Amino acid sequence: MAKVIGGRVLELVIVFFGVTFVIYAMVFALPGDPIRALAGERPIAESTIATLRAAYHLDDPLLVQYFRYLGGLFTGDFGTDFSGRPVGAQILRAWPVTLVLALSAWAIEIVVGLGLGLVAALKRNTWIDRTILVTTILATAIPVFVVGVSAQLLFGVRWGILPVAGDKAGWPVAFILPAAVIALYGLAVVSRLMRSSVIDNLGMDYVRTARAKGLSRRRVVGVHVLRNSAIPAVTFLATDLGYLLGGAVVVEGIFNLPGIGNLLFGAIRSHEGPTVVGISTALILVFLVTSVLVDLLHAALDPRIRHD
Amino acid sequence: MTEALFDTTAPARSGRGMWVRILRRPSVIVPLAALGLLLLIALLPAFFAGLFGNGDPRVCDLSRSIDGPEPGHPFGFDVQGCDVYANVIYGTQSSIAVGVLTTVLSLLVAVVLGTIAGTRGGWADSVISRLTDIFLGFPFLLGAIVVLNSVSERTVFSVSLVLALFSWPLLARLVRSSVRGITGSEYVLAARTMGLSWWRVVTRYILPNALAPVIVVATIMIGSVIVSESTLTYLGIGLESPAISWGLQLASAQSKFQLAPHLLLFPSIFLAVTVLSVIVLGDSLRAALDPRRNT
Repeated sequence: MAKVIGGRVLELVIVFFGVTFVIYAMVFALPGDPIRALAGERPIAESTIATLRAAYHLDDPLLVQYFRYLGGLFTGDFGTDFSGRPVGAQILRAWPVTLVLALSAWAIEIVVGLGLGLVAALKRNTWIDRTILVTTILATAIPVFVVGVSAQLLFGVRWGILPVAGDKAGWPVAFILPAAVIALYGLAVVSRLMRSSVIDNLGMDYVRTARAKGLSRRRVVGVHVLRNSAIPAVTFLATDLGYLLGGAVVVEGIFNLPGIGNLLFGAIRSHEGPTVVGISTALILVFLVTSVLVDLLHAALDPRIRHD
Repeated sequence: MTEALFDTTAPARSGRGMWVRILRRPSVIVPLAALGLLLLIALLPAFFAGLFGNGDPRVCDLSRSIDGPEPGHPFGFDVQGCDVYANVIYGTQSSIAVGVLTTVLSLLVAVVLGTIAGTRGGWADSVISRLTDIFLGFPFLLGAIVVLNSVSERTVFSVSLVLALFSWPLLARLVRSSVRGITGSEYVLAARTMGLSWWRVVTRYILPNALAPVIVVATIMIGSVIVSESTLTYLGIGLESPAISWGLQLASAQSKFQLAPHLLLFPSIFLAVTVLSVIVLGDSLRAALDPRRNT
């Protein structure tokens, strides 16, 4: 286990430096002269340029600038937005909403996805199976914002069943619709993984043994097959986090949930470049750390992964 | 002489037979036909847009803003009073162009890097694998947001370039493992023992056998890229007007959606049909190429 942890953490370190360097190089080093951009159309004195360049350390070599930026990240400094508020503090405040949204979406994906996959496997090659396949694929073919605004119009405005926007109604009422919209996109993969896994498991020896011992079909499927089949789907769900975070950007924007995604949505809309980069970087780092944690948890739970 | 015989006759014939068999499946023919039509639309937008007599997407009449469908304007008018049908038809071009261009670019990078990593091993493999890890560390949409945010001119080409930057690693990983599997097989060993050059072994023996699963995933990728482009455009960092794309139409439709659902409906249908055809095609190819999964 120690070897697994060591390897995974080493990988995280390499990926961390790589990802932050790519972001830095793409965003801060490539496009034009930031001081000129700051000045806009107005003429600017050479001495002012020199002072500003020194103040922002723009004359240092790229690598030195990068490490200064990295030092900022480690101390929670993700830059400031246009009104001078630190991005890090705003992220901290918005974090719980996004976490709740992602976990709710995850829960829906697990319950509905595993359920659909199980039903499709048990009713394999019937019209039920095909309907599940077609609807879940259809759902992935429509962009998340189209589904989002349509769901908002139907459930919120026309029928008035669920809140149109905002988080005033609290969990779960305010989160049902946005979480369901995000979850819709994982359903196709989760249900299909579950389907093929259940089909594989139904043909296993232990199922025959259990049946031979006189256990009811309901018990064999409900207890033995279900538990063993869920592993691949749950593994996928762990890697799906990156998608959930991306989906949160659009969905929190549409449903006006005050989470990190909404911060990012607003920053993109109002062209606040530095804020966009700060928030995205924070989200990407969260994604990196979480995926390592999930991997380790997974290795701890399933001995087969440890010994690969 | 013998080599030429081996290369052309036996494998080629069985290969062609396989493709003919695959092409006969309805789950391949239907999406292929749909994609063929969409490709025609993308290549000849003026002809298809003109079918109802109002083929210019830039002829707009503000007094007709968000009016519904009527004869001559089957999909109605958008917020600016332009013909929605003509716009949707012209939008096909940029959406498909972004999807195909992104996928082709990432496929090129992935095949080159994946093949080098898979056949050479050693430090080249380590470097390429770490590079792949780093780019896989970005959640796709967030990575694209960070980079597109600082791209000043967002055209079909530059957006595709950015999307490709974050989509090649998945394919590269796939190429590498597929190539590695085949590099270990005996006929490759035989080819090497015959003293054939690395280039010849790779291009004649390894790649033709390693690429099938990669092509399948790449096909499906076209669909997810088209969806991502429209999502990014909706967020305001994808394509920009004066470009015409489904993403731009959907983004501008959102504000008037409650009054004029047709603005959202028609671009969505085109987008969904395109993406669905691509996904179904990729999926049927996968099932056809890998009979074990055919349960």
